[in-house]
This record gives sequence, structure tokens and C-alpha cells, in this order.
Amino acid sequence: MRTFLLRRLLAAIPTLLIVSLIVFFAIRLIPGDVIDLMLAQNDIATGTDRARIEAALGMDRPLVLQYVVWLGGALRGDLGTSLWQNTPVTAQIAERLPISFELGLLAMLVALLFAVPIGVYSAIRQDTAGDYLTRSFSLLMLAIPGFWLGTLVMVFPSVWWRWAPPLDYTPFFADPVANLAHMLVPATLLGLSLSAVTMRMTRTMMLEVLRQDYIRTARAKGLSEGVVIVRHALRNGLVPVVTLVGLQAPILIGGAVIMEQIFVIPGMGLLLLEAVFQRDYPVISGVFLVVGIAVLSINLLVDLSYALLDPKTRRA
Amino acid sequence: MTQTPDQKPPRAGAARGPSPQDDEPLLVVRDLSVVFPSRRTVARNGAGGGSGSGSDHGAVWAVDRLSLEIRRGETLALVGESGSGKSMTALSLLRLVPEPGRIASGEVRLAGEDLLRLPEAAMRRVRGDRIAMVFQEPMTSLNPVLSIGRQVAEAIRVHRRVSWRAALARAGELLEQVAIPDARDRLDAYPHEFSGGMRQRVMIAMALACEPELILADEPTTALDVTVQAQILELLKRLTRERGTALMLITHDLGVVARYADRVAVMYAGKLMEQGDARAVYARPRHPYTLGLMASVPRLDDPPGRRLVPIPGQPPDLSELPPGCRFAPRCAFVHGRCREERPTLLQAPGAASGHLRSCFGFEEPSGPQGAGAPARAGTPAGEGTER
Ligand SMILES: Nc1ncnc2c1ncn2[C@@H]1O[C@H](COP(=O)(O)OP(=O)(O)O)[C@@H](O)[C@H]1O
Ligand code: SF4
Ligand SMILES: [Mg+2]
Repeated sequence: MRTFLLRRLLAAIPTLLIVSLIVFFAIRLIPGDVIDLMLAQNDIATGTDRARIEAALGMDRPLVLQYVVWLGGALRGDLGTSLWQNTPVTAQIAERLPISFELGLLAMLVALLFAVPIGVYSAIRQDTAGDYLTRSFSLLMLAIPGFWLGTLVMVFPSVWWRWAPPLDYTPFFADPVANLAHMLVPATLLGLSLSAVTMRMTRTMMLEVLRQDYIRTARAKGLSEGVVIVRHALRNGLVPVVTLVGLQAPILIGGAVIMEQIFVIPGMGLLLLEAVFQRDYPVISGVFLVVGIAVLSINLLVDLSYALLDPKTRRA
Repeated sequence: MTQTPDQKPPRAGAARGPSPQDDEPLLVVRDLSVVFPSRRTVARNGAGGGSGSGSDHGAVWAVDRLSLEIRRGETLALVGESGSGKSMTALSLLRLVPEPGRIASGEVRLAGEDLLRLPEAAMRRVRGDRIAMVFQEPMTSLNPVLSIGRQVAEAIRVHRRVSWRAALARAGELLEQVAIPDARDRLDAYPHEFSGGMRQRVMIAMALACEPELILADEPTTALDVTVQAQILELLKRLTRERGTALMLITHDLGVVARYADRVAVMYAGKLMEQGDARAVYARPRHPYTLGLMASVPRLDDPPGRRLVPIPGQPPDLSELPPGCRFAPRCAFVHGRCREERPTLLQAPGAASGHLRSCFGFEEPSGPQGAGAPARAGTPAGEGTER
């Protein structure tokens, strides 16, 4: 188990290096330049100013050198300083990350809470009206873009009932109830769109597992159908479902960026969006790097949960 | 002692094992049919299928009005080529016929009580407790994510009010009885750590867990190495004999029949072809299909150098059976009547009482009437026809 972990961590290094390369260089390909933006805001447009700012921000050096300096900092946990706010990027991320993490976790919880029971139901009632209904619903969830649904939830209740989801962010530890009230709607919307695929996967896996010989053995013992499904089928069916949820992490993060914007949640997504508009390169790079690390960690967690669910990998 | 709350008064608490005054068989199967509706039938006629073989085009009668009996403590071998309906017969005794198949008709009386009429909850109390099953595929019949101990203990806990701890202790004993080395230390092991033979031992331990009256063993050794096969069969035979448990041993190996069974039932294309005392059938089969089966497998009393002759042709497509005897297309003794009428299971002429066969006679395949008069003396109305 320990060697497995070590191997996985070592394998993550080259991946992260590639991520850092892409993150650093690709961002500078976005048309429009941070200096132009700054000059435009300050209404001064002389060549000397430009050179001065460039030098102050360290942007007059060759790009490769900038990368090496940035990477060296990143290795020591220093992601540089925001070009606009003059605060360390790590401090900004440290402030925003827990908020996005909470949103993602809630969304995943909602997704599993919806997807697993409904997927199981759909499988054991295969080809009945209930099955068709839940499958159509999941197809609908798959087809509807999250931002559209989010906007709808924002607009219509306020038009019809003069009620809108709360939009003022409260930190969780300041007031958990207010915090959850704010997070609930975006987390549910995000979770629902995730649950579409998860639900179908659960259904497919359950159908597959219920055909297996050991299910027949379980029934031949005289076990009730409920025990057969929960104890014998679900545990086997959940292994691939867990993988799928893990693989959806990038989709989840993408969705979170949109939800954070619609519901004004000051998480990583909002931070990233502001940074992109301002061409705040260190912040953008930092956010992407942290997201990359997060995705890799989730994948690792998924592999570890395999071990929990599948005894074959546990002893290996 | 098995708890049998549903039993009828006269049978309640009946001793297990063969007892002389006990002349009612443990299990009586009458006219049992299992049908798989054809796709077309489902699409066009909805649920209402035809009844009786052949009348519903495309439907597969995997088991066709089959009748048999098993006495307490007896070993009955059910023999036949692959696809002849042996597994479906066993599964229908537990009412576990897989979808879209269903039991179309018949009775399955366990100690007098018709299992086919029980509510599902009562049927669940029969499964594992009074009738247990060992399956053909040891590699896939155990749940890969649950420990061996848990799976055996679970078989006890379904039917007995005992703690997990007590059930696990009992599971350890059972695993010891099926000769799993270091059984008590391996309760935490998972199926993938066991060989096929060991897994089949676990399955047997599980079947024995509640001391059932009947164990259905569906080709328990087919998937195993030849060397392991005999061990498993010996084990099964010894444990059932010790406990007086009746055994339905499904096999396609007639050698196994001679060695382990008291009686044998030979099945072909969903129907019984021959049934009788195992030794008598082995010594002198009264049905061409049994003869063919015997010619196709090696025997202990073979003269050296005997060639094995497989039965020519293939088992029939069950959705399009021939109009007469279903073995006729492959029978070496086929005669005119065989292709028009269907033989029924009747006393075989000249054989011991209770030796039945479903054949118009083949001993003297000269005349169109089949067997000659002397051979038919045993049957009152000649060898009858179905319908
Ligand atoms: N799922 C199914 N759909 C249609 N027919 C089936 C299905 N399963 C079994 N059958 C039919 O039942 C017959 C008997 O099968 P089975 O009892 O497994 O045979 P055996 O155990 O003697 O090898 C098969 O020949 C096949 O025609
Ligand atoms: S009835 Fe005729 S075809 Fe059928 S087994 Fe007997 S002899 Fe052969
Ligand atoms: Mg079979």
C-alpha cells in the first residue's frame, strides 16, 4: 500500500510539470496585455511608462527565465504576487480555496445522494415506466447547460414570487446556516448535472452486477431482495461509479466557476474570472496549478477508495 | 433439526434421513414446465403465451412437463447433454428461474407442501434452509468483495437467530468440515485468494450451513481439474450421507452416476428419457439416448481400446422440436412411429419395477410397431403415446 502511494506520487511529478508549462505559457497567449490594460486605466500612454511598469513587474526578462523564476517560487510554495493587488497569490488562493472546496463537496454529495438511489431503482425496475422516467430526467439534466439552469433559478422565482436565492456570502464558520442557505441552490444545480452521468453509470453497473452468478448465490441462500441489492450488488457496482465521480472532478470545477459567478460565491472560480479579465498572470497560473494538483489528488483518492471497495487491490 | 413451520401436521417434525415408515418422498415434482417466451411472443401476444410444447411458436420449453421424486437421504443423478434443461429444473425447485423464463405449470412438493404456491416470503425461508444449491461455476458464484467467513455466516444468519460472532464461529466449523486448510484463520480471506476447488468447498460449506433436507448440486465439478473433481464429489457424498441429506446431483458424466447416485434420471431437450436405479440403468440402459451417452464416455469396465462414439448430430432447437420423439433425428433405432407420435415415460418392459423410459422400443427395431410382444408384456396398454 505504501509503495503504491509512493509510486503514484512520483508519477504525479511529470504530470504537474507539464501542467505548469501549459499554465504558464498558454495564459500569455490570451490576446491583450496586462500592461495595456493598466495604461488604459491610468490614462497615460508613453513608451517610457510601459518600460517602467514592465521592469517593475519583472516582465522585461525573457519568458523562459520568468518561467524558471516562477517555478522555483512555486516549488517553495510562493506563487508570486498579484499584478494588480500587490498581495501574494498564495494568500488569495488560501482565502478562496476552502469556499470552492465546500461548493464542490456539497455538489458531489448532492450528486451521489440523487444518483445512486435513483440509479439502483432504475436498474431493478428495468424497462418500467419508473425506469423510463428517471432515464429521461437524467438525459434532460445532461442536456441542460448549468449556466442556463442557474440563470433560470435566479430569474424566475424573483419574477414570479419576488423571491431570489440569497446572494450575500457568509463564511461557514461565521454562520453555518446562512452559509449553507447560500450554497444550497448552486450546489444542488451543480450536483444535478453531475448526477445525470452518475445515475446512468449506477444503473448500467447495477444491471451488470445483478446478472452475476454471486447474486444468484445470494438469492439461493434465502436473502431478501433488499439485502441482495445493498450488500451484494451495490458494493460491486459502486467501484466504477466512484471512478466516474472522480473523473468528473474537472467538469465539476468547470461548473463551479460558472455557479460562483451566477451566485456570487467568492471562490476560486470568481478569483480566476477576475484574474482573466485583468490578465493577472500570476493569479491565473496559480489558480490553474492548484486546480491541477486538486484533480491529481482526487484521482489518487479514487484509486485509494478502490482498495476500500475491492479486496483484490487491497492486498496487492 | 431443521425448522419447518410451514409443514403440514402429518409431516411436521418428520425425521430426516431415510426411515422405513416414511414412504412419501421428500420431493415430488409433477408436470413441471419452464418456458422462455420467444421475443415475438412477448412483442405480439403480451403476457399470454401458449401452453403445451410446440403450440407457442418460438417459445422455448426448457423443461417440459417433467416429473420426478427424491426420497429422504437419497442421491438422484440428473444426467443429460448441455442444454437439456438440468439447470433450469434445479433452479425452478428454488423458484429462481432467470428472466425472462418462468415456471409455466406443475407442482413441486417438498414434504407435501407445494412450493410453487408459496408466497415469496415463505419461499425465501425454504431457500438455503430446506433446499440449498451448489452451482456449477465456483469462480464466479462467490461475492468477490465479501470475506469467505461473512458469506458462510450470512447463510446461517438468514435463517437462524444468532449473532454474527456465533455465526462466524459456526462458519469456521463448516469450513473445517469441508477440509479447507487453516479454515478458522481464513474466515477473513476473500474468494480471489482461493482456488476453484477451494471455492467449491466454500460453496458446499454454505449449502450445509442450515442443514437442509435437500442439496441441489449443479455440475459441481465440471469447472474443476480432474484431480479435484473426485475429491469434491467424495466430500459432497460423505457429508450428505452423514447428515441424511438428499442430493440432486446434476452431471453429464455417467461415470459419476454409477459411483455416487442411488437413482438416475436422464434428460433430453427438456424431457425425461429414462429413470431408474442407478446401477440398473448403468448396467443396461433402456433408452437409445442413454445408450448413446454411455458410448460417448469412458467406462470403468471398458475393454481396453474401446472407441468412444459421440452421439451424432446436435441437440434440437427447443423452439422447433420434431413432431414425434424428440430424439428421433439422432436415434440409431428410429422407426416409423417415432416420427409421428410422442412417447411418454412408462415402465420399461422387462426391467425392474420403477425403471421408466420414454421410447416406443428399440430392442427389436424390425417391425413398424417397434418392440415385439414379449418385450411389451410389462406394460398394460402397450407403450403409450402422449395425447
Ligand atoms: N436466458 C434464456 N433465454 C432463452 N432460453 C434459455 C435461457 N436460458 C436457458 N434457456 C434454454 O433452456 C435450455 C436449458 O438450459 P439449462 O437448464 O441451462 O441446460 P443444462 O443445465 O442441462 O445444460 C437451454 O437449452 C436454452 O434453450
Ligand atoms: S422412440 Fe424411437 S426415436 Fe425415440 S428413442 Fe425410442 S426408438 Fe429412438
Ligand atoms: Mg447447466
